[in-house]
Amino acid sequence: MSIYWQLIWAYIKIGIFGFGGGYAMLSLVEKTVVTPGWITEQMFTDIVAISQMTPGPIGINSATYIGYAAPSHVNPELSGVGWGILGSCLATLAVTVPSFILVLYCSHFIRRHNESGVIKAIFAGLRPVVVGLIASAAIMLMNAANFCPDGQSYQLISSIAICVAAFCLVYFPLPTGKGKTVKLHPILVIVLAGIAGYLLYGI
Amino acid sequence: MSIYWQLFTSFFKIGAFTFGGGWAMISIIEREIVDKHHWIERSDFLDLLAIAQSLPGILAVNISIAVGDKLKGGKGSIIASLGTILPSFLIILAIAIFLTPDLIKSNRMISSVFMGIRPAVVALIVAPVITSAKAAKLTLTTIWIPAIVALMISLDLGTVSNPVLYIVLGGLGGWLHWKYTTKSLHN
Repeated sequence: MSIYWQLIWAYIKIGIFGFGGGYAMLSLVEKTVVTPGWITEQMFTDIVAISQMTPGPIGINSATYIGYAAPSHVNPELSGVGWGILGSCLATLAVTVPSFILVLYCSHFIRRHNESGVIKAIFAGLRPVVVGLIASAAIMLMNAANFCPDGQSYQLISSIAICVAAFCLVYFPLPTGKGKTVKLHPILVIVLAGIAGYLLYGI
Repeated sequence: MSIYWQLFTSFFKIGAFTFGGGWAMISIIEREIVDKHHWIERSDFLDLLAIAQSLPGILAVNISIAVGDKLKGGKGSIIASLGTILPSFLIILAIAIFLTPDLIKSNRMISSVFMGIRPAVVALIVAPVITSAKAAKLTLTTIWIPAIVALMISLDLGTVSNPVLYIVLGGLGGWLHWKYTTKSLHN
């Protein structure tokens, strides 16, 4: 039973301290759920990939998935679908409750003090930290489990090639002719990487 | 059609059709609540966005709470945020039930696909590091802040690697900097 309380507490914390949304929250989510062993490093990366391929905010997606997977991973007695759904509901609710309190309170507060220098100064101090949070999420995922799970050098080389190619496709606009450029959608890049994986390792 | 039902369906659409979360959602939210339904003015939308983005929590959920509250108070905020959450909750729950970690590991085709996807996911997180660094207008005097934050968190040293610590320090630093610079202006 205690895993459910831990999930609720963990996701309330993520809801309170998850600044910067999306990717900036990832390092906090990773620290909170991978370190105590609720899910493995690889499961975490898979959740990020699944979140990319499915609609909706990454914070909700991860709460729903981890809430479902953690109880059976920690305690085999809790392996039924019902136990998983219970975890999903609790984690998803827990991550949104702090938002209600903070957004409702702050929008009323800021409506009254919207020219305050203190508030602007605090937000100005947070911005560079958020950049660092996103960077740390990327650095922590650059590990053996994601790049060469079987310890073979051809895996490492092809993984690095996929990583560099994916970055270029997402970051640099592609020329489409007629002088126009287009940036590839992240979902398309994920799909292409999946095809590359199948061609490299699956056949 | 009641305004509550419209709020719910608008945010359900936003939750169901935006991939990648966060910034990808904003243009769709703007189109629904400013252009289509005229619920709020464009300038007010930017203010709501600033609040939703500066506060912790999920950006899209924060926006839906703020818009729902502005239109119909507490009840509106609950309905709007439920609309945002439900599509991803239902989709991910279905995936979690059918695509278990054991299945990913034991099925050769699925496991090879995920082996290709994992390094690409890392690249997809590197890209927003650069775009957010540009948006934060980092200079040579502030670039050390994200560098140290990223280094300390990824070294995994226990308490000093806790992201929460750096969020608190960042807010505190911004406040102290403001206090120091405004005082020196007065002297």
